[in-house]
Amino acid sequence: MKQVVGIINLQEDNSLIRELAATRAVEALPFAGRYRLVDFAVSNMVNSGMSLVGLLLPDFSRAVLDHIRSGKDWDLARRREGLTYLPAALPDNDSRKGDLKDIYANLDFAELSGKQYVLLTNASYIYNIDFEKVLEFHKASDTDITMVYSVVNANRKGKSMVIETNEQGKVTDLAEVTNIKAGQKMVMGAYLMPVPTFAYLVRSTYERGGQDFLLDALLRRGNEFKISAFEHKGYFAHINSTLGFYEANRDCLKPEVWEELFMNNERPIFTKIKDEVPVQYKETAEVKNSLIANGCEIRGTVENSIIFRGVTVEKGAVVKDSILMQRCNVQEGARVEGVICDKNVIITKNRWLKGAENYPYIVTKNARI
Amino acid sequence: MRKTECLAMILAGGQGSRLKALTKTVAKPAVPFGGKYRIIDFPLSNCANSGIEKVGVLTQYKPLELHNYLGSGSSWDLDRTGGGVFILPPYAREKGADWYRGTADAIYQNLNFIDLTDPDYVLILSGDHIYTMDYAWMLKAHKANNADVTIGVFEVSWEEAPRFGIMVTDKETGRITEFQEKPKEPKSNLASMGIYIFSKPFLKKYLEEDGVNENSTHDFGNDLIPKMLADGARMFSYAFDGYWKDVGTIESLWQANMDLLQDQPPFDLKDDKKRVYSSNPSMPPQFVGPDASVRQSMINEGAKIEGTVDKSVIFQGVRVGKGAQVTNSVVLPSAVIEEGAVVNYAILAQDVVIKAGAKVEGKLGEITVIPEGAIVNA
Repeated sequence: MKQVVGIINLQEDNSLIRELAATRAVEALPFAGRYRLVDFAVSNMVNSGMSLVGLLLPDFSRAVLDHIRSGKDWDLARRREGLTYLPAALPDNDSRKGDLKDIYANLDFAELSGKQYVLLTNASYIYNIDFEKVLEFHKASDTDITMVYSVVNANRKGKSMVIETNEQGKVTDLAEVTNIKAGQKMVMGAYLMPVPTFAYLVRSTYERGGQDFLLDALLRRGNEFKISAFEHKGYFAHINSTLGFYEANRDCLKPEVWEELFMNNERPIFTKIKDEVPVQYKETAEVKNSLIANGCEIRGTVENSIIFRGVTVEKGAVVKDSILMQRCNVQEGARVEGVICDKNVIITKNRWLKGAENYPYIVTKNARI
Repeated sequence: MRKTECLAMILAGGQGSRLKALTKTVAKPAVPFGGKYRIIDFPLSNCANSGIEKVGVLTQYKPLELHNYLGSGSSWDLDRTGGGVFILPPYAREKGADWYRGTADAIYQNLNFIDLTDPDYVLILSGDHIYTMDYAWMLKAHKANNADVTIGVFEVSWEEAPRFGIMVTDKETGRITEFQEKPKEPKSNLASMGIYIFSKPFLKKYLEEDGVNENSTHDFGNDLIPKMLADGARMFSYAFDGYWKDVGTIESLWQANMDLLQDQPPFDLKDDKKRVYSSNPSMPPQFVGPDASVRQSMINEGAKIEGTVDKSVIFQGVRVGKGAQVTNSVVLPSAVIEEGAVVNYAILAQDVVIKAGAKVEGKLGEITVIPEGAIVNA
């Protein structure tokens, strides 16, 4: 994988996940108790042996910059190569929408990298993969571009790119749909191609008025290239709606998903290190079927929930089917059920909050209830 | 090298033979503690939090794992330009190589390192105590007293006093008048914490004398401190009133772990200013299963708890199977306790496997230790 340069696109459309992504990029959303979505994309590249990775920054980039910093926690703070931030293009007179102008503005990064291939991924997907296998597949097939896909197991809402393939694994059709059905092949935002192919695709599409990499470059011009598809057989989730975010978090409560995503010795998921204390369970703690991150102090009841770093659940408080992000505080006798609390939320004494299984109630950052 | 005001030297070569099975492969300072830490994290973090930028770590006994753990010092924010952690194992000179013959000899053999960093003061620490302390205050007292030596002291009960090196002090000034090493009849209950600040030229003079003295055991407590006292040096005590625990034995190590489990622990690991840093494994939040029960315990990342855990400290990557019971115990990284197994009053070292249905039961005062990698069958 040394001959592959990575570009991680952090410009996911956040319109379907407004409440949580109003002030941060989707990719910076906290996930599974201690991570942010972008950790998966970066860790996957690092674990696959890549050492040059560019992050295509979103409009709201503070959360991402503060999280990744020098890239040290992902082993990307190197003398040679390592992590590079690719800022968005300056707005010009015909200021266009879409991510293509930003990829175009940063084409030098890939072209001058001295690498043979580009791996472009999107950080709104959750999966643990060895991209080495994708590269081997690409080299073995007579193809220009390789996409990574997964077969969906249930109908889901939210914009997704689907493909159809023939027996040789070649992509015969590409489409963007708003609802995806079980059995369809969904593209997981990862595309591998030689640097010259990438440069040509981006440059010629942009220069002809293209705006969106996925739609204008890949989808509209797909028939000009030989495209192959590599199937990822493990767990995956696409975070493109609030419900999708809630469900993917809850998937991590399944032991097999927890093991596959996080406990692979060869491919750990890295994140920013915070030096938190191990979880402190006190005498009155009652915890069942939950993920609890370090720095938490639990005196109350927690069930079927994901609890992020530094949360306190006081005596007599009940937390069920919920996601509590960093430093939330559920005070004595309070009760939250089916709720997503953003960072630093305080649920004061004896307050009750309840959402539904298919419609979690969202409490915004720093709120005091 | 840039001049430094206060250089810290951590004595981390101790074998820790009283920790038996736990120090079979590692030096005592590398012994795990408190769910995610190792003993040496405490003095190292204290240095980082006290604004000390240069720390020499003197290693000797089974140093590999300790060296590996220290790495560049980045875990403690001690990978600084022109500073940071310096690992100082014994090394060969023109006249041959010597092991460190005692605590004072270890410093003596590294006098050239001390000269190189050119400090005004040298802080000597030992790598086997659990406490969080800001050394900056002690240094301030040292300067205010215009002292040659300042020794950190801790008030112990009169019954315990005969186990320690005892400082007899002038109540008003804190000046040390007498030193009693493990006295049968202590005249004071102020125990030496093994924390010393020396003014550098003063220390150098005494080390050079001691280094060539063939009758010396080359130990700070045995030789240097009594000698300095006899010479009438300005020696002061600095009283520390926080939590301080010597974890040199299995029982005291176990007890110090249990101390963390109190509803209000005796010292706050969460205090941002006294944060204890450690090397962090990349592991997910712990998973607590549908039939699990966890109380009065501290559990680290990557643990998977499906049974019952009560009054225990559980390290990263530990697995507790369904129906298994772990009580009053300390379980070190990646140990596995299979379904229905019972562990009580025990310390399980790294990678231990307690097979389904097996029992490991010690009792208060007789903690059972299962050595690294051992498999206990039913």
